[in-house]
Amino acid sequence: MSQNNGHNTTSLRLKTGLAEMLKGGVIMDVTTAKQAEIAERAGAVAVMALERVPAQIRAEGGVARMASPKVIREIMAVVDIPVMAKCRIGHFAEAQILQELGVDYIDESEVLTPADEAHHVDKQAFTVPFVCGARNLGEALRRIAEGAAMIRTKGEAGTGDVVHAVRHIRQIVLEMKILTVLGEEELYAKAKEHGAPYELVKMVARDGKLPVPNFSAGGIATPADASLVMQLGAEAVFVGSGIFMKNSTEFADPVEAEKRAKAIVQAATHFKDPKVLLEVSENLAGAMKGLAVSTLDEAHLLQTRGW
Amino acid sequence: MKIGVLALQGDFDAHRRRLEELGAEVVLVKKPEQLNDLDGLIIPGGESGTFLKLLGEDGFAKLRDFVLAKPTFGTCAGCILLAAEVENPKQAGLGALDITVRRNAYGRQIDSSIREGLFLNSPIEMVFIRAPKIERVGEGVEVIATEGKDESPVLVRKGKTLAATFHPELSDDPRIHQYFLELVAKL
Repeated sequence: MSQNNGHNTTSLRLKTGLAEMLKGGVIMDVTTAKQAEIAERAGAVAVMALERVPAQIRAEGGVARMASPKVIREIMAVVDIPVMAKCRIGHFAEAQILQELGVDYIDESEVLTPADEAHHVDKQAFTVPFVCGARNLGEALRRIAEGAAMIRTKGEAGTGDVVHAVRHIRQIVLEMKILTVLGEEELYAKAKEHGAPYELVKMVARDGKLPVPNFSAGGIATPADASLVMQLGAEAVFVGSGIFMKNSTEFADPVEAEKRAKAIVQAATHFKDPKVLLEVSENLAGAMKGLAVSTLDEAHLLQTRGW
Repeated sequence: MKIGVLALQGDFDAHRRRLEELGAEVVLVKKPEQLNDLDGLIIPGGESGTFLKLLGEDGFAKLRDFVLAKPTFGTCAGCILLAAEVENPKQAGLGALDITVRRNAYGRQIDSSIREGLFLNSPIEMVFIRAPKIERVGEGVEVIATEGKDESPVLVRKGKTLAATFHPELSDDPRIHQYFLELVAKL
């Protein structure tokens, strides 16, 4: 097993510290060193190294696993920004490999095929920080209890449809607001209802926000989408298939992809400034075709993986 | 006292909280025109390369005019921006401090650490995250804080400009922000 450094508070401060540095930025999914270079040039604050982006995983099916360490290493070699990589839910051996490789953040992700039906990775046991997806406050707090140093709303990855990213950020923000107006004696029942540790529920009731940074993901495809989730309370955005894919099987033209990436970076910084948003939206040749989430069968949803 | 925090991206909110605790009025700066009536500016941690892209040529020129004229404090990425020379990779600096800074000089996130250093000869906690190192300190640049056996310079000052390779905004100790506000008040 990985070594626990024995200083959990120190370790959590370092882990959330890196997430603090990414705030207001865009983290982009990339599958090759070339795409990583484009992402960095466009102003991404970090890249997520993947074998296939969620739209491809959705289209091609099969078991989705951690990316090949060789590809991740190539990506780490060409960019100076932090490099993240995904492991399967509960697959602590993949996480150990990624930590050994030296990635800067691990995403224990529902986009990959889950490896454990009952347990998520014990993230406290690692020195490398983890980000995890959540659809509601209880799920976010359970992940934080396990050691996640950043939460991202799950949305519905690989669709280019922002509707569930919106649903999840609204849900988490609403549930946090409710906690702030409850009496202390009501928090015990709330902890039970959310299936989350009482201490964390109490912390959210006091601060009105999660104890770790709260980012958004899953279906963000345009500058306006990035602005929308940030106006709703997300502190940064993950953009997956929306940048480098034209549709679920074909890559977009790299020049177009870079333009779109730059526009989304500007939108994340100036998310409350419609003048800038108009300007950066104007010169784009459209976004990925996408899939409307409402047309998907329950069985094809990625967000229901994890609990 | 009106202090701006460059808020293109990064941990600007941690700086805002600290400055407000110390009684300063804070402006989150996203546009060059917001620099106009500030008494001082903080450039926060974040990704320095991303800052440069978001600034663009025009924003960079206006920011340079500001930092050459007014008190400015940079932490981590902010320190990289204020430097005259940047290595690993080479990139543009505002040149407010005659120092050479190496990006990601300790390694990756796994090599980030919280250590104790010396600020004006008294111990202080220092949070280093994918931190840079000051490799050369030019003439007239004063070393205010050091860290480690080799007494590496981690907080330097020349006149109205202050730069740290660590993140005082992520520690509970307010002394370094206090020092900057005193510097702003004196000028």
